[in-house]
Amino acid sequence: MEKFEKLTGIAAPMPLVNIDTDMIIPKQFLKTIKRSGLGVHAFDEMRYLDDGSENPEFVLNQPAYREASVIVAGDNFGCGSSREHAPWALADFGIKVVISTSFADIFYNNCFKNGMLPIVMPQDVVDVLMKDAEKGANARMTVDLENQVVTTSDGEEFAFEVDPFRKHCLLEGLDDIGLTMEKAGAIDTFESAAAQSRPWV
Amino acid sequence: MSGKTLYDKIWDAHVVQQDADGTCLLYIDRHLVHEVTSPQAFEGLRMTGRSVRAPQRTIAVPDHNVPTTLDREGGIENEESRIQVEALDKNAREFGVNYYPVSDVRQGIVHIVGPEQGWTLPGMTVVCGDSHTATHGAFGALAHGIGTSEVEHVLATQTLIQSKSKNMKVEITGQLAPGVTAKDITLSVIGHTGTGGGTGYVIEYCGEAIRSLSMEGRMTVCNMAIEGGARAGLIAPDETTFDYVKGRPHAPKGAQFEAALAWWKTLYSDDDAHWDKVVTIKGEDIAPVVTWGTSPEDVLAITDVVPAPESFTGGKVEAAKRALSYMGLEAGQKLTDIKIDTVFIGSCTNGRIEDLRAAAEILKGKKIKDGMRAMVVPGSGLVRAQAEEEGLAQIFIDAGFEWRLAGCSMCLAMNPDQLAPGERCAATSNRNFEGRQGKGGRTHLMSPAMAAAAAVTGHLTDVRDLMAAPAEA
Ligand code: SF4
Repeated sequence: MEKFEKLTGIAAPMPLVNIDTDMIIPKQFLKTIKRSGLGVHAFDEMRYLDDGSENPEFVLNQPAYREASVIVAGDNFGCGSSREHAPWALADFGIKVVISTSFADIFYNNCFKNGMLPIVMPQDVVDVLMKDAEKGANARMTVDLENQVVTTSDGEEFAFEVDPFRKHCLLEGLDDIGLTMEKAGAIDTFESAAAQSRPWV
Repeated sequence: MSGKTLYDKIWDAHVVQQDADGTCLLYIDRHLVHEVTSPQAFEGLRMTGRSVRAPQRTIAVPDHNVPTTLDREGGIENEESRIQVEALDKNAREFGVNYYPVSDVRQGIVHIVGPEQGWTLPGMTVVCGDSHTATHGAFGALAHGIGTSEVEHVLATQTLIQSKSKNMKVEITGQLAPGVTAKDITLSVIGHTGTGGGTGYVIEYCGEAIRSLSMEGRMTVCNMAIEGGARAGLIAPDETTFDYVKGRPHAPKGAQFEAALAWWKTLYSDDDAHWDKVVTIKGEDIAPVVTWGTSPEDVLAITDVVPAPESFTGGKVEAAKRALSYMGLEAGQKLTDIKIDTVFIGSCTNGRIEDLRAAAEILKGKKIKDGMRAMVVPGSGLVRAQAEEEGLAQIFIDAGFEWRLAGCSMCLAMNPDQLAPGERCAATSNRNFEGRQGKGGRTHLMSPAMAAAAAVTGHLTDVRDLMAAPAEA
């Protein structure tokens, strides 16, 4: 997994509450064989009109936000099904950070599995960040995971909390698999012992 | 200190490492793979330059998307399905895992192929990106479904990060009455405990009625542990298990078999083991059952009537209303008055040889109701071949059934075998969710014998009525 240390990028404002996984990636895109390439379908129903053309109203279609790497969103982001396609779609689009007052549990966990950082902030801070995001492409927000600080384009700083273990994994670029692979020695040992005790397996 | 359950014993034998908070790294003996939940996992390996740690422990077979019509060698029409199957072909070959392609006579539903080929053995840990992995618990193997990230995790490390579940004992005492089968046991248990009754538990099924079941029947019981909410279902291995396993292609042979056997015989729950929950049902009390609603817990004896939503409590009242409207049923209607359009015999729940024998027994010398659409989809190419050898295929064909090739088929609407909106099906599969067998399709779950009986009469039928009557010439 790619390391996440510090990011300075464009933040897109999505003040909607309850942005669910169906909105993030509708179910017709689950019959895919890839986890990459889902970015073009991210927010499909909001992003495209019935004729397939882009909806100019949708924030990520606006010139200022096409390169966004942060989303500032309303409450309860990522609710709905457990589909891992949701973080896959966001990551493939280029989103590395989502900031909201609250997240659905499974989506929150899935983010970390995919190198993304979900940040929970109190409502008044989200309001300030939302305002900052609304300024467009020239207003770049900085997310510093090491120091656990979000800095607005005006230099205003806000601290955030993150589980120390998850922080460690993101900073080091360790996914679950990477972590388990660090235990390869123990797995080797287990395998040799099992080869003795249960050779038929 | 109290003794250990079967689950405890298998768990303990597979712990690679335990963290301070109790989370364990568990070694996985067998990893079964199918085309729907694996492509992203293989892609992940490719992207990170990782390999499959133990390809010899990994078994892949396409099943969910494959057509089951006789002309399928011509290829898969639906493009997305074809791409998923082709991706599995490519991944299986590139990563060197054991593979049964569509063209192989051994191909079939992953949960039928695994045991049939002797990949599933007592005391193993078995996982698959599929919830019905619980099936393999019939061998006294700890078997459960996993998500796509976990599929990748197992491919790369041959381990899984797991926390232990609680122990639940489901005891079926005594004997089953004539006409009552393993499917009736497993549906009755879910009807009793509800779909959430097993949440947080691994179930061990035991008792005389379970002991008396064949391996096929035990697989049917464990298959639906997941519908009861459990992480896995288990049955302690015994002579029935050992006889089934012996001589299978990938089972141990000779001295190795004897060594394995010695260990397998220690795999049972100690008398003083601790159970977090116990459910006891009398075998004699179990009737042939069907589901009336859209949840596997909506189970009733075939002699019953459609329930009134008001007879339930809490959120179930609304759910029952919705279910009756979706299913097009009226409260108070006799279950045996419900007319059927389609009969589906197959799936990983009931697609094994014994299931086909039971259905053929009812169909012998009879014809399906005029206008009925009926199909038998053997669970594997080998089940199909055996059924042909035993003359069962001819009984089905003479009765008016379509005799299909192996696959998941009408168990789920991912391949061409689907119900039309409003079409009502007597199915031997495991899920009656809205749209499971096709958008708007109505599913009644039951045993193969009951499904065969419904095919003959054209409505839900108490199989015991047909067993009593002599076959019409
Ligand atoms: S037969 Fe049905 S339940 Fe079994 S693996 Fe196939 S789709 Fe899943």
